Amino acid sequence: MSKKMLVLGEARDGELRNVSFETIAAAKNISGGGEVVAVLIGDQVQSLGEEMIHYGADRVVTVEHPHLKHYTPDGFGQAFLAVYGDESPDGVVFGHTAMGKDLSPKIASKLGTGLISDVTKIEGEGDDAEFIRPIYSGKAFEKVEIKEGLQFITIRPNNIEPLAHDASRSGDVTAKTVEIANLRSVIKDVVRKSTEGVDLSEAKVIVAGGRGVKGPEGFKPLKELADLLGGAVGASRGACDADYCDYSLQIGQTGKVVTPDLYIAAGISGAIQHVAGMSNSKVIVAINKDPEANIFKIADYGIVGDIFEIIPIMIEEIQKIKVS
Amino acid sequence: MNIYALVKRTFDTEEKISISNGAIAEDGAEFIINPYDEYAVEEAIKLRDEHGGEVTVLSIGDEDSEKQLRTALAMGADKAVLINIEDDIDDIDEYTSAKVIADYLKDKNADLILAGNVAIDGGSGQVGPRVAELLGINYVTTITELTIDGTNATVVRDVEGDSETIETSLPLLVTAQQGLNEPRYPSLPGIMKAKKKPLEDLEFDDLDLDEDDVEAKTETKEVFLPPAKAAGRVLEGEPADQAAELIKLLRNEAKVI
Repeated sequence: MSKKMLVLGEARDGELRNVSFETIAAAKNISGGGEVVAVLIGDQVQSLGEEMIHYGADRVVTVEHPHLKHYTPDGFGQAFLAVYGDESPDGVVFGHTAMGKDLSPKIASKLGTGLISDVTKIEGEGDDAEFIRPIYSGKAFEKVEIKEGLQFITIRPNNIEPLAHDASRSGDVTAKTVEIANLRSVIKDVVRKSTEGVDLSEAKVIVAGGRGVKGPEGFKPLKELADLLGGAVGASRGACDADYCDYSLQIGQTGKVVTPDLYIAAGISGAIQHVAGMSNSKVIVAINKDPEANIFKIADYGIVGDIFEIIPIMIEEIQKIKVS
Repeated sequence: MNIYALVKRTFDTEEKISISNGAIAEDGAEFIINPYDEYAVEEAIKLRDEHGGEVTVLSIGDEDSEKQLRTALAMGADKAVLINIEDDIDDIDEYTSAKVIADYLKDKNADLILAGNVAIDGGSGQVGPRVAELLGINYVTTITELTIDGTNATVVRDVEGDSETIETSLPLLVTAQQGLNEPRYPSLPGIMKAKKKPLEDLEFDDLDLDEDDVEAKTETKEVFLPPAKAAGRVLEGEPADQAAELIKLLRNEAKVI
């Protein structure tokens, strides 16, 4: 039986994040041919609706309000639940992003439903859908199902392939007016630390440094390599504990769990706690002076050597390719 | 201030995971307080020292969790509560846990509830916000700074690397992110004192809930390990040759750049 699905798109700096399109693909997967309705919430999101249609949504409902300029659980919760009430879907998909992680348990609790978080793969459809998700930060996986009622999941960015962009698709984009009131959190200030815009959880390429970078200065060549590849910089707990970089860069069982297409581990020994956060990356490169380092056991390609010697040459080689 | 910290017993981060009889094997594993919950306990103690009041640490689990609660008491929490529902409830998911915790807290007039933003085992991060919603109080997740002034709270939260400053008020539930503080190690006098601090053992029958009220909404069908990675290739030759070879391989063989 086909299912009606509701997905929540997510905008950042006036553009839709890639995970928004992935939620549509996930919802299509579960729907078994049913309708997929996308919800966009913000102070200016109406113009983004069409893009969700191009990526496979059948319809879009937008909720705009000045109080929705910044995400708050109360504000976005009121907006989403208003649309939910109109649509009465059989399933809901959010991205497992800062916003999705924060909002989904509130909605599930309010609706009294189950919620499967951080799904990386979907098998089957409709009531028979089963969801694969990492546990122990990727040291193991579990297959979970919702016993009955709403199929409510959040999906990990970068794991479920979006549908192909099709500019010829069309569908209704309707604005819904919702009274947004009684917000208990007021956002006073937002400081951007991730200036370059490539978010670790969504990055296709990550260049991560460990104790082997030897200091904050040592991250510079890593940053240069990451920029050249359109990626982001990460770090091991060792590098963060040693104050070489901010904790927001930490990858591991404590810290972020990432699954980029390419993970370059520079001067990282490969402690279990770090490996848990990155071992499901598609291609892993390890560069380390110590040939016995654990990181080589999970690397697809390894170089035994000094990162300060190897990385500048890698940068040169990539620049050569870019020029030619 | 009446402060509660939610604590979960988890595998040590250095443990390897293996599976026996379709479940995660726990034999011989080291257990710790979930690292994010440790930040919550530390922050609770600091706030009590600054503003007065009492810190209660609360856990759901079986009797093994007493060890982690004693550790929290040794850090400086005043009392502990263990809700042991394992004998009465077969399947426990986030819905179940949140219902049980919220039922216990509903008449406790907590000013502030702290929890970890995620447990490193299950990893869903649902229980904190679910509890707040059931109690009808506000919540802020992944916090890195917390200042309380009367009933006002100023919170800094980590949003995928950005810092957001939020003003809100008590009662409030917050979940801790790394960077919030540096959890203390229990001191020897702390450990001695912890032995005499009250640890209340509750069972499901002590709550105002029927089994139907907490029945899990999700069901785990299977637990499995990721496929073992085939051994990779260690390049050879002069550094310059290796680096050039690597770029070639990433471009032509792995096709990732």
